[in-house]
Amino acid sequence: MKAKVHVTLKAGVLDPQGKAVHHALEALGFDGVQGVRQGKYIELDIAETDPVKARPAVEEMCRKLLANTVIENFAIDFEG
Amino acid sequence: MKAAVIVFPGSNCDRDAATAIAHVTGTAPKMVWHRDADLPDVDLIVVPGGFSYGDYLRSGAMAAHSPIMAAVKAKAETGVRVLGICNGFQVLTEAGMLPGVLMRNQKLKFICRDVLLKVETSNSDFTRGYNAGQVIRIPVAHHDGNYFAEADVLDRLEDEDRVAFRYCDAAGAVDAEANPNGSQRNIAGVLSEKRNVLGMMPHPERLADPLLGGTDGAPMFQALMKVLG
Repeated sequence: MKAKVHVTLKAGVLDPQGKAVHHALEALGFDGVQGVRQGKYIELDIAETDPVKARPAVEEMCRKLLANTVIENFAIDFEG
Repeated sequence: MKAAVIVFPGSNCDRDAATAIAHVTGTAPKMVWHRDADLPDVDLIVVPGGFSYGDYLRSGAMAAHSPIMAAVKAKAETGVRVLGICNGFQVLTEAGMLPGVLMRNQKLKFICRDVLLKVETSNSDFTRGYNAGQVIRIPVAHHDGNYFAEADVLDRLEDEDRVAFRYCDAAGAVDAEANPNGSQRNIAGVLSEKRNVLGMMPHPERLADPLLGGTDGAPMFQALMKVLG
């Protein structure tokens, strides 16, 4: 089964990279983009096939390593 | 003073730190590989600058979980002094030994130049060789030096006199113009609760010998030697 982890900056934490991407999009002529926040997507191939059983371990992985919870949130989805 | 310098794959200031310590104290530190699980008997541990593990995932994130860091943490808890410089500061925050996190520089550029620092406290074994309020010149070389912590954490650091250095101008003014990387409240270095762990983005080891163009970094190592023998 796949665990799909999205790591995003918490609201209120400045994201200069997202801002730079936003400016670049505007420079390319894409109007109407109101904001850009950049994050990470991490895909884990795990042995466990039951999402309910897998979730606590993946959450622990996020807290210990995949995300820095001082500035980042994480969201986990399972597939397959 | 018995010192150790931790060496991670991608460390590149480990030898600078060792040279500065040897130059100032007359004794060469032990170099300890990150895969080792044990530390020799030491009074000071330096977690050096560089790009440990290529900054994969986040700066310092992988190094913070390498075998040696458990030993560094355990030593720190017994009062051994730990100095994290640049990437070392990032490693110490990721390891939970210091609060906050070092984010990408606000203007997204790698900064490599001398900066001016205001010594905020001389109440630590690292900063006793300076006077509080003194302005010193120390080089920075980083891409991720933008110190961030929640406001309540910053308040607490200030209340407990744990901000060691702030970016300032020549007159000692701490303002946005003197802030090279967007750090909250211009913070360049912070102390742990017990004041035996210091993390800082600037590199005191790079200006500890007149041949390198300055000696403003030397008092840090001299002060440590004074306390640690």
